[in-house]
Amino acid sequence: MHLLRLNLAVAASGFRRYATYRVATAAGVFTNTVFGFILAYTFLALWHERPHLGGYDQSQALTFVWTGQALLAAVALLGGGFQDEFHERIRNGDVAIDLYRPVDLQLWWLAHDLGRAAFQLVGRGVAPMAAGALVFDLALPSSPAVWLLFLLSALLAIVVSFALRYLWALCGFWLLDATGLSALSTLMSLFFSGMLLPLTVFPGGFGDAVRWLPWAATLQVPADVLLGAHPGGSLPGLAFQLVWAVVLLAAGRLLQFVATRKVVVQGG
Amino acid sequence: MAETLSGACARAVLGRAVWGLRAYGFIAAMWIRSSWAYRASFAIMLAANFASTALDFAAITLMFAQVDALGGFTLPEVAFLYGTSCVAFGLADLLLGTAERVGRRVRDGTMDILLTRPVPVLSQVAADRFALNRLGRILQAGLVLGWSLTRLELDWTAGRMALLVSMVLCGAVIFGCVFVLGGAFQFWAQDASEVQNAFTYGGITLLQYPPTVFGKELVRGVTFVVPLAFVNWLPALRVLGRDDPLGLPGWMDFAAPAVALLCCAGAGALWRAGLRAYRSTGN
Repeated sequence: MHLLRLNLAVAASGFRRYATYRVATAAGVFTNTVFGFILAYTFLALWHERPHLGGYDQSQALTFVWTGQALLAAVALLGGGFQDEFHERIRNGDVAIDLYRPVDLQLWWLAHDLGRAAFQLVGRGVAPMAAGALVFDLALPSSPAVWLLFLLSALLAIVVSFALRYLWALCGFWLLDATGLSALSTLMSLFFSGMLLPLTVFPGGFGDAVRWLPWAATLQVPADVLLGAHPGGSLPGLAFQLVWAVVLLAAGRLLQFVATRKVVVQGG
Repeated sequence: MAETLSGACARAVLGRAVWGLRAYGFIAAMWIRSSWAYRASFAIMLAANFASTALDFAAITLMFAQVDALGGFTLPEVAFLYGTSCVAFGLADLLLGTAERVGRRVRDGTMDILLTRPVPVLSQVAADRFALNRLGRILQAGLVLGWSLTRLELDWTAGRMALLVSMVLCGAVIFGCVFVLGGAFQFWAQDASEVQNAFTYGGITLLQYPPTVFGKELVRGVTFVVPLAFVNWLPALRVLGRDDPLGLPGWMDFAAPAVALLCCAGAGALWRAGLRAYRSTGN
């Protein structure tokens, strides 16, 4: 009970922290919308040449674009959020103080990141999606049940994204320079989540392989849940996300255990 | 008398510009020396910059694994658009990319330090954290451009060569102006630095694809409102021997240098206005 109250408080502070910067939020919405328009036109041209590419029709492909823009900030597909801050605390040694606290480090950051994501899903997700739906013919579901499943899938996507970024940040115990690592994590996330191009469009064996990677759980699966594009329903997709979430969170714990046992903390 | 006065004014302006450039060189050289102390990081960031733009092009080649033409343009033609816009953007990003940090400086009060130094603020802001590793982006785009040139089978007349060179240089100037404008904008809206990404990163994403892909309103917008079409679209269509979708008069394909000059004037004026509007956060 105490643990739940604590984590709710941490999540609420994460939410409030990001909600404070209203101009930054508006700027982000503007940029997401501009990118949405640019990508939507390129997808229109692509699906005009090859209708039903990747199993989507044209309006489903457009919906994929705008879902990506709506989730970009909440799922932190470009990285960031707590990742840079946590890495900086590892680099300058403040993490030693965090480890002394009578709270679980991973759970603390997870709660904080869920609070941030909750704000950004609403603050930066709704407006670009609405703009896209106004201008283009999107294949948005009418059934509330599908929207609920999508929200659940988005939540799992955020947890998988968190677990991945936690692992990247922990690498800071061994590698002190964050810039190269965070650039690498952003690259992998952009490409393998489906943000540049839906993973269903990737050709051949390469396409089959990338759909099993954890990044697929951060955008491809939630988008497919919203589109109802999976022939076997949404449940296999949600199970796929859940498995990756559990595996990656466990890997994060393990790596943290190894790091705190073996590594001398920086600072003095 | 009036003549000597205006001559003195001109000399003063020129002297200030030369001093601004020299100061830029000093600060950039300092940052190069400091980044050279961490060679592994430098190599990683160079590779990361190379790879980040390479992925954009990988997405384009994945598209062309499924189709033969996009908006009526083949892969070498799209690669030409990609190469020209990304080399131009890479040059601007290398020289002026850190101007986007103005908002942060205003917020944390370090802008005041820049104002006390006897060096033009723009030189200091633009040379701040000068990073040679951004050459990775230019290198990658240059390779794609080179590949497209070998595949296009164009007749390389002197006119086409001149147009290609001016395209890259004027494109870099136009993107540079976008960076300076974005920086100036942050004097008024400190938290809004992300708006700039819509025009810089959004701009190169747009210019990588043929204009025929986009709606006419959008193409009109980036021709007459934010003149990004002059970076590569209009001159590149002339080089490739294509008609432009708006049916603009032919001389506009050669207007990039004039547009770049106009952009400089506009960006300079707004930068000075922004600097005048700056109010310190105090400490």
